[in-house]
This record gives sequence, C-alpha cells and structure tokens, in this order.
Amino acid sequence: MDTIDARPRVRVPRTASPGEVVQIRTLANHPMENGERLDADGNRVPRHIIHRFVCTFNDETVIEMDIEPSLAANPFIEFEAEVPESGTFHFAWHDDNGDVYEATADIEVA
Amino acid sequence: MKISRRRILAVGSAGLVVTLLPLPASAATEADELIARFTDGATPGEGPLTITAPQIAENGNAVGVEVECPGAKSIRILAPANPNPEVCTVHFGPLAGSHRLSTRIRMAETMDVIALAEMEDGSFVQASARVRVTIGGCGG
Repeated sequence: MDTIDARPRVRVPRTASPGEVVQIRTLANHPMENGERLDADGNRVPRHIIHRFVCTFNDETVIEMDIEPSLAANPFIEFEAEVPESGTFHFAWHDDNGDVYEATADIEVA
Repeated sequence: MKISRRRILAVGSAGLVVTLLPLPASAATEADELIARFTDGATPGEGPLTITAPQIAENGNAVGVEVECPGAKSIRILAPANPNPEVCTVHFGPLAGSHRLSTRIRMAETMDVIALAEMEDGSFVQASARVRVTIGGCGG
C-alpha cells in the first residue's frame, strides 16, 4: 500500500487550570480508501484506511477509537480531555499499511 | 369499464399486502440484526444518548455527526445502509473530559444513522437520526 503524507494536525489549548476539560480537534490527511470504489479500468481499489486512533495525556488514555471504512476521508475527530496537571498529549493514527502517524501537544496547567 | 366499490377495495388491499409486508419487515430486521451483533442479542434501551446530524446532507462523502452519552464506556456509530455499516467505535479512557465525540462519516444514501452506547453496567442504549442524502458517498 502507498505511503501517505498524513500531516496530522491537532488543536489543543496552550494553557488550562487543573482539572479543566479542554476541547481537542484533530485532522489527518488520508484518502480512507474504503475498498468499494472502482478505478478507471473497473477494478476494485483495495481498502486502505486509518483503522485506529489513540489519544493519551502523560501516558493515560483519553480516547481510543476503532475506525471502519465508513469514516470520511481526511478523518476529523473532535473530543474533550481532562487535564489534571501540565503535560503532553500524544496522538497516534494507525494506518492499514503499518505506518503510525504521530503528533504531540504540550499544555501548561496552573 | 365501470369500477365498483368492491373492486377498488380488492385492488387496494392487494396493493397494501404487497407494499406493506416485505419492506418494513426486511428494513427493520437488518438494522436490528446489525445492532444485535454488538449487544450479544440484547435489545438496547433508551437513555442519555444523543446523536446529532444534519437533516439533509448534500454530499454523502462527509457528513458531520456528533454523539454524546454521559456514563458510557463506549459509543459505536452505524450507518446501516452503507456497504460497510460500521463507522467507528470510541472508547472513553480515564482522562476523557466528556463522553462526546464529533466526526465526519460517509453515507451511501438516505438512512437513519444509529448510535449505540455501552454503559458502565454493560447495558446498551440506542439512538438514531434521519439524514437525507442528496449524493451518496461510498463510491462503488
């Protein structure tokens, strides 16, 4: 399967107060080929998607998501996290081809 | 030909039998069977689960859907009329700030999008939202 330049992007506030719930938005570039489409020659284009997304904060899980081919291309995921202390969000998008696209974001909690 | 009242009734009821019987039966069971696959056969109840989607989506390639269910362990989104009816399942971890997720899904045609939440006690809750799709988004 092709290598994809997913350029994952995340939007996380830079600061928060202890225990605050912050909104997180993520977007990755990916065609999310669902295995149903036919190419110009009438051949089925094989499935190639991001099948899993994980967000952690200081190694504790915020959300885990199992993804199927019916999610739209360029997956957009918005959710909320609770931040007990300063630290780092880690984001990982797992591609069918074995690649893992990663992003991190620091937040200062005071 | 003179059309008698009896004839109208006969034709009318024949039409009713043909249109009513097969359609709702198959449509209902398909979604129900799909749900039963994830609930181990249990029938989901009603609860604090909400699913928000547009009433009309011009383009089925990316339809914004938001699900929320306080007290849920996980929420699954299903698009029953898609070639692949499963869309995604979100599991909330200890640092989830809410039991809410917003994403964009593909929709092949007009249908009821279903959210299925598994609660902390293992029970299931279901909600759905009707979305009219103008142009389908599943290729094929």
